[in-house]
Amino acid sequence: MQIMYFSERPYVGIPEDEIIKRRSFFGMPNSFFDADRGSQLLNEYIDEKIYAEELGFDAVSLNEHHGTPFCMVGVMNVEASILARVTKKIKIVLLGNPLPVVGNPLRLAEELAMIDLISKGRLVSGWIRGTPCESIFNSAPAVYNRESFNEAHELILKAWTQPGPFRFEGKHFHYRFVDPWVLPLQKPHPQIWIPGIISPESVVWAAKRRYPYVALGTATEATAELWNLYSKVAAEEGYQAGSECFGFMQKVFVAETEEKAEELGRLDMFGGNWNNYGRPEWMSLPGYNSKETIRKFARGATLIPLSQVNEKTSIEDAKKAYYGNSFDNARKGGFLLVGTPKTIIPKLQRLIRTIRPGALGLCQNDGPIGREARLTSMRLLAEEVMPALRETAKEVGIVDSFECKPGSRPLPASGTPDPVIDRELLSAAG
Amino acid sequence: MAQQQPENGWHEEKVRTAGADFSVVKGPQGGKPLLVLHDELGYPGWFKWHTSLAPEHTLIIPGHPGFGRTPRLEWISDVRDLASAYARFVREQSLSPIDVIGFSLGGWLAAEMAVADPKLFRKMVLVAPTGIRPPHGEILDLYNYSVRNYLKAGVPDWEHNAEFSTLYGGPQDTLELIEMWEDARSETARIAWKPYMYSDSLPFRLAGVASVPTLLIWGSEDQVVPPSAGESYKSAIPGSRLVVLRGVGHHPEIERPVEFVEQLENFLR
Repeated sequence: MQIMYFSERPYVGIPEDEIIKRRSFFGMPNSFFDADRGSQLLNEYIDEKIYAEELGFDAVSLNEHHGTPFCMVGVMNVEASILARVTKKIKIVLLGNPLPVVGNPLRLAEELAMIDLISKGRLVSGWIRGTPCESIFNSAPAVYNRESFNEAHELILKAWTQPGPFRFEGKHFHYRFVDPWVLPLQKPHPQIWIPGIISPESVVWAAKRRYPYVALGTATEATAELWNLYSKVAAEEGYQAGSECFGFMQKVFVAETEEKAEELGRLDMFGGNWNNYGRPEWMSLPGYNSKETIRKFARGATLIPLSQVNEKTSIEDAKKAYYGNSFDNARKGGFLLVGTPKTIIPKLQRLIRTIRPGALGLCQNDGPIGREARLTSMRLLAEEVMPALRETAKEVGIVDSFECKPGSRPLPASGTPDPVIDRELLSAAG
Repeated sequence: MAQQQPENGWHEEKVRTAGADFSVVKGPQGGKPLLVLHDELGYPGWFKWHTSLAPEHTLIIPGHPGFGRTPRLEWISDVRDLASAYARFVREQSLSPIDVIGFSLGGWLAAEMAVADPKLFRKMVLVAPTGIRPPHGEILDLYNYSVRNYLKAGVPDWEHNAEFSTLYGGPQDTLELIEMWEDARSETARIAWKPYMYSDSLPFRLAGVASVPTLLIWGSEDQVVPPSAGESYKSAIPGSRLVVLRGVGHHPEIERPVEFVEQLENFLR
């Protein structure tokens, strides 16, 4: 099992009320950005990744968001390039490049190839659609989000695997001379992982291409549903899905005492966290979601539950709405694991036994918790939690996508795929 | 949501042309036909000005392909494409030369049709059309606002406007409206996303439509398409007339319906 370290790399230093009163992390005026602080934080976050290697994590995963203090890294390939050179063995997992908004996928193919070469073959390439806010920031129309995702994917794979020069005429991308000189070290190309939250379309798409699917902190029930769907599609494609096809990102924060962990863990809700990622008008950009999803939103079953917060809502009421019982619910629902290694380990072990991920991302608290506390959490995770998790993974026979090529397992003779999750544990949890 | 259309003579029919089944609302036979091109949020239903105009004009109100009532045409990717579909509509329905009125995006659409073939139209009315980059200010970005706030920006006095609430309901958006707006906003994104709501070449191309008498109607307080764009339209279309209504926003047809109808009737005589 690959154990990855992940963090959103938030910009710390904006008064919380300034974020709350704008009803959004995205679109925070950059007059609040202090370059000295930005410089310090970006360096600290890179140092954290180097520390993750020292601590024995298998991988660091990176992401990017645009125009938001929620995640400072707008261009993760810059970060990945540095890590490619200064680290030695840790895998660099990009979750992921937002294909529909990058504008020039051929340039992306070049950047990723360079990262793979400089890192001597340690790149895992991950591709996403990006939140609607990324479409706003990059002026990429959401109506063409999925179309341009598919087309950019096709182009990059061709650029990496088909001898050039050749011409590429798509609907959204047009290149008269595709012949990137620099190609990835890993052949035929670096592994491609597809991260996602709720979209069954993405799961089906990944399963058809035998790409591992990484669920980003979804509830265990929902995760099981998505992975069963993956397994069903895999069977239709003629292969048995296994742990090598799945990854899971878990939010976790560890401290030396329960009290401290809870106190610092609560800071994860700073600014409303994901509840306040972007205003509904930005998050519901037309064409991004299917009609069915829109109907769900309209009925109130929604990712944007906060339409009751508007420009007239007081900061206090908005905060209540954004926070709600989020911290307690997140803990209860297992979205956020907060505690000491002793209390965290059994929860993570249970998760591993239930959904059997080949890659497990441990996602550090997004709030303003301070450098020392972050490093302590990392150290405790590495020194005390990770060994126990590795043991469990071994015990239940989890292999990752480097040990077993995704899509290479034959289906059982009966044609019915073996289960990819532990149903008994799942129903016991339910 | 929207007001139901009156029974007497009004009906909705399918018109198959340009590869699409256009859904077209038609008024009673009342005289010269008038083609009505709706704005970027689709056709919300019955307007009072329709009734006022009906005795003298036969209103023809198609739903643009992709805006909900009429299915999307995959090949349409900009306003000129849409204009070419509509040019076929007018020709194949033997409507030319017809009077046309276009609102906001529908105004830009009418202008593109006139540029492509001035013979399509007898007279043209553009109500706060998008399509030209305003020399001062910017066209309000539909994608930066909730639909409700966008509509409110269009009608400064919306709180006291009875027709506004009849058309757009409130305070909760109905599922029906949400779905129509999703379609309309998606299709508008396909055809006008970048640059947003204008064509750099339109002012130059409009020089060729001198033969189409054109009335431009603008509200002095338009927050959606700045009135400076009205001056640009006036300079671009030889012989056109610009009427600026004081204290009015982006929707003179519901903000000042009597004055609006008067202007139309005088011009379309």
